Amino acid sequence: MAERLLRGGDGLLSGPIAWARKHLFSSPANTVFTLLALWVLGTVLPPLVDWALIKATWVGDPAACRAAGGACWALVTEKYRLILFGIYPFEEQWRPLLAVLLFIVMMLVAANPRCWRPWLAWVLPLALVAVAVLMWGGIFGLVLVPNDRWGGLPLTLILSVAGIVLSFPLAVVLALGRRSQLPAVRAWCVAYIELWRGVPLISVLFMASIMFPLFMPEGFTIDKLLRAQLGIILFTAAYVAEIVRGGLQAIPRGQYEAADSIGLTYWQKMRLVILPQALKVVIPPLVGQFITTFKDTSLVIIIGLYDLLSSTKVALSDPQWRAFYVEGYVVAALIYFVFSYLMSQYSQYLERRLSAGVRRG
Amino acid sequence: MANDEIVISLKDVNKWYGSFHALHDINLSVRKGERVVVAGPSGSGKSTMIRCINRLEEHQSGSITVNGTEVSNDVKAVEKVRRDVGMVFQQFNLFPHLTVLENLTLAPIWVKHMPKAEAADIAMKYLERVKIHEQAKKYPGQLSGGQQQRVAIARSLCMRPSIMLFDEPTSALDPEMIKEVLDVMVELAEEGMTMVCVTHEMGFARTVADTVVFMADGQIVEMNTPSELFGNPKEERTRQFLSQIIRH
Repeated sequence: MAERLLRGGDGLLSGPIAWARKHLFSSPANTVFTLLALWVLGTVLPPLVDWALIKATWVGDPAACRAAGGACWALVTEKYRLILFGIYPFEEQWRPLLAVLLFIVMMLVAANPRCWRPWLAWVLPLALVAVAVLMWGGIFGLVLVPNDRWGGLPLTLILSVAGIVLSFPLAVVLALGRRSQLPAVRAWCVAYIELWRGVPLISVLFMASIMFPLFMPEGFTIDKLLRAQLGIILFTAAYVAEIVRGGLQAIPRGQYEAADSIGLTYWQKMRLVILPQALKVVIPPLVGQFITTFKDTSLVIIIGLYDLLSSTKVALSDPQWRAFYVEGYVVAALIYFVFSYLMSQYSQYLERRLSAGVRRG
Repeated sequence: MANDEIVISLKDVNKWYGSFHALHDINLSVRKGERVVVAGPSGSGKSTMIRCINRLEEHQSGSITVNGTEVSNDVKAVEKVRRDVGMVFQQFNLFPHLTVLENLTLAPIWVKHMPKAEAADIAMKYLERVKIHEQAKKYPGQLSGGQQQRVAIARSLCMRPSIMLFDEPTSALDPEMIKEVLDVMVELAEEGMTMVCVTHEMGFARTVADTVVFMADGQIVEMNTPSELFGNPKEERTRQFLSQIIRH
């Protein structure tokens, strides 16, 4: 009987037992791993569920949390506005909320292949302007909120979306430059890429926030947020450039020659023939880099910008709630995870869709 | 077929890859409507020579003139020559991310600024000529090698070139697909297209070529009509090569 099951006798392949045999106990090694995984789950899960759900306090004060002995989600109920929006003026916080929603809608629209039409080139910049108006205010009767009061999720989204979107064209130019026939162009691009890749992002942000103003003439200031944003863009571009270069190298020489032979100019050749193929090849590392950039924006904490992680830290600086820092960071981590996970899922969807295009009849 | 107007002229062309002398004092004139077949052992510089004509390779000395334009470092001159000269490659080199139709209309739309509808009309006409129009919406990866090569020929023709270069167009094909590609090329030759064709298909050379050029070691060893070159080769090197390809 067991033999027949293992060999997949007709009609016996369905059912949970058959499924488990086939997938979990198909070989001695597999059986060992299955048992090991069950043991780990059995040890970790019950106390975790106990802490996070059963003994948890959802609403209340620190004393109630201590009495219940579980996770203190009451911290989040109490402080979620500080975590999400930082020190943005309390009564104006509908504006960053709207900005975040706008950001999310914008990303969903931009990610949907059905929306890849000429109007997108108009709608996206308009949405960005709307985000800026909402955040800054100062017109349409909105109170002006200087950007040193911005914080939380909107700041994280602004830094990372602008970092990703604006670094990308720069990166493509750098990647093409590094493969250029012109020695001077090539040398500049190599120098740029190696220089930025040789420095940690933290020191870039330090330079941008502390050193850079020292070199500027008296009375000349650039906004701190803008400096950090520029730092992130220039830094990310160096990494993305190397990924794009990898894609360019994967395209056979014949494609370049065919594009040349039908008379396309250099830029037409790149835009119409080479880059569409090269970028498709590098979707996985590209999205990996974008996820890294998204998470790395949390480093702006060291130059005093209140992104999502910093504002969580601010929320936890309240002496009453300080003991429950784990809960605070778990929530911040969950928010980071949701965005990163969506990006990674999107990359897989995009790969499937683009390769389906080639096979489709 | 051919008249006296010279459309391609190579004068004392030399090319080196590092210290390797790939082309050695090449002199060749092709008249309008002439069909030239270039033959020779592999590594003899046949492909290098025709790739110099549309500047896929650079020559280091001598001069190459196509329809009165000298091929040089001048980007404008090279673009002009490439608009006028179509090329078909051994590996087809279709653009895999575009449909067959998009492969054909790309250059007319972007290089000649032709309206999309007009470009599509012309593309369909050439696809019909190479008998592949029912595949217009497919991607190159879905076609056989012979079909892909016919699409590649149609792609070049869409730019209405006055000269066609063929770089071993049948060498990557399965034997049963060679004929369908050669048929298209013969038809093209019969219409009076100026053609320079690197190939090992000696049957094609015999039926179609006005001139056969035999190359070895980066030099043109001998050049004559097919009947003379095949029937009465003057040079020992030519005889040796011919005996080798006839033997198998």
